Amino acid sequence: MLAEPRTIAELARALETRKQTASRITDQCLATIEPRNSALNAFITVLADAARAQARQADAEIDAGRYRGPLHGIPISIKDIIDIAGVPTTAASRVRAGHLAETDSTVVRRLREAGAVLVGKNNLHEFALGTTNEDSAFGPARHPLDENRSPGGSSGGSAAAVAAGMAYASIGTDTGGSVRIPASLCGLVGLKPSFGEIPTDGVVPLSATLDHVGPLCRSVGDARILYDVLGGEPVRPAAGTGRTRAIRLGVLRGYFTRLLDAEVASSFESACRRLQNAGVELCDTAIPHAEDIQAVYVHIALSEAAAYHAPALDSRPDDYTVNVRLRLEMGRYILGEDYLRALRGREVLQAEVDRALDECDALLLPTLPIPAPRLGAETVQIGGTKESVRSVMLRLTQLFNITGHPAVTLPCGQTVDGMPIGAQVVGARLGTRTLLDVAETLEGYLGPGRSR
Amino acid sequence: MTIKTWLDNAIQDAERRGLPALRPMLEALARATSALRTADWNPDASGVADRPPTRDAG
Repeated sequence: MLAEPRTIAELARALETRKQTASRITDQCLATIEPRNSALNAFITVLADAARAQARQADAEIDAGRYRGPLHGIPISIKDIIDIAGVPTTAASRVRAGHLAETDSTVVRRLREAGAVLVGKNNLHEFALGTTNEDSAFGPARHPLDENRSPGGSSGGSAAAVAAGMAYASIGTDTGGSVRIPASLCGLVGLKPSFGEIPTDGVVPLSATLDHVGPLCRSVGDARILYDVLGGEPVRPAAGTGRTRAIRLGVLRGYFTRLLDAEVASSFESACRRLQNAGVELCDTAIPHAEDIQAVYVHIALSEAAAYHAPALDSRPDDYTVNVRLRLEMGRYILGEDYLRALRGREVLQAEVDRALDECDALLLPTLPIPAPRLGAETVQIGGTKESVRSVMLRLTQLFNITGHPAVTLPCGQTVDGMPIGAQVVGARLGTRTLLDVAETLEGYLGPGRSR
Repeated sequence: MTIKTWLDNAIQDAERRGLPALRPMLEALARATSALRTADWNPDASGVADRPPTRDAG
């Protein structure tokens, strides 16, 4: 278990004032990883010796009065699709066997410069192409609250690690929801910043025009700290006033609330009522072409993924897991003219999300239609219909990868079984900082309460 | 190329390559492609006027 305090912001104060040491909290995280990782499978590589050395260095620097800022001495994990120099980047695939990163990715370099302690590399859905983390050369990651369930994906090991107290935050990637989906299912905050804000060099691509790097953590304040560091900016305090009465949210209806598990729907509507009671103004809104989201997404994502993977698909097809190989092969059949139609659809959807945001400070919608699915489930029953687990998990997140708008998931409730439910708040393009201000104000009202 | 021709060719090629499991996935992709091609944002070389945008029924 994590030593109290539980958030980076709180822990940073304790470290700066020497009420806590980086070595002690790093040892506590490693001591949590050691007994629990065999069950949760959250880490592919644990960097225990290097982490202890980084923690000792952080303590020495802070003792000497050279405090670098709120990530100094904080244990953080990295999705194993992001390069750390001298460490394999497996992407959870046999295709990457023998790989060793020569240099740090830019985001890892920035974390090091901020003084973060890198405790290890997290399991993921192979090449980030999946939402459950089941297709991994290292086996599935498991949900910390119920090991028979998926923690979500593709950054499933990252979410499991943070939720289980193995790290204070993790850096993931989000191409269709891969930060927000596992963060939501594990009761965490997950941020997908605006497209292009966080460098993706040294990150194995899935779909170059949809890929985002973002943090999974325990509070919006922590997401802000990580966003500033990953973006190469000085860490700045929140600009929000904490007054809810001035906030106007557009609640996305229609497509976005039509297909929801009953407990998710109940939890989301309860959260909306709590916000209204707190003085937040809510207005219903819609995206006119919402029914086209999945078609646009699939044509962009799979075309771009197939282009990257084509040589390996031809030279070593059997090194992919079966499901991921088939999805990538499907992308090789998409025609150029249909890819271009999807790019035109992206412009239409971008304009429609922009218009929805013209009338409010941010958009609000559930993060997923379902709570954490059972491992092995290919379909899920929602109301009277049976739905594909994969397509339903992407349903509410992929739009903002297509359009590039920043989106953050926050806990907003839980099922009767205690499984977390999340709500998504979406801001204007290149307005991630403003979005975080809004989300930080909403955080205390959104949840989590029980759905019944 | 019509979607039917595309799908027939794709399934035939996938089976030739030893990937018969792709068939249901390609059929699902064909449905998505059909939605994409009939979307009202696509330009029309015949010059037919743009249709009004589809509304999400809510």
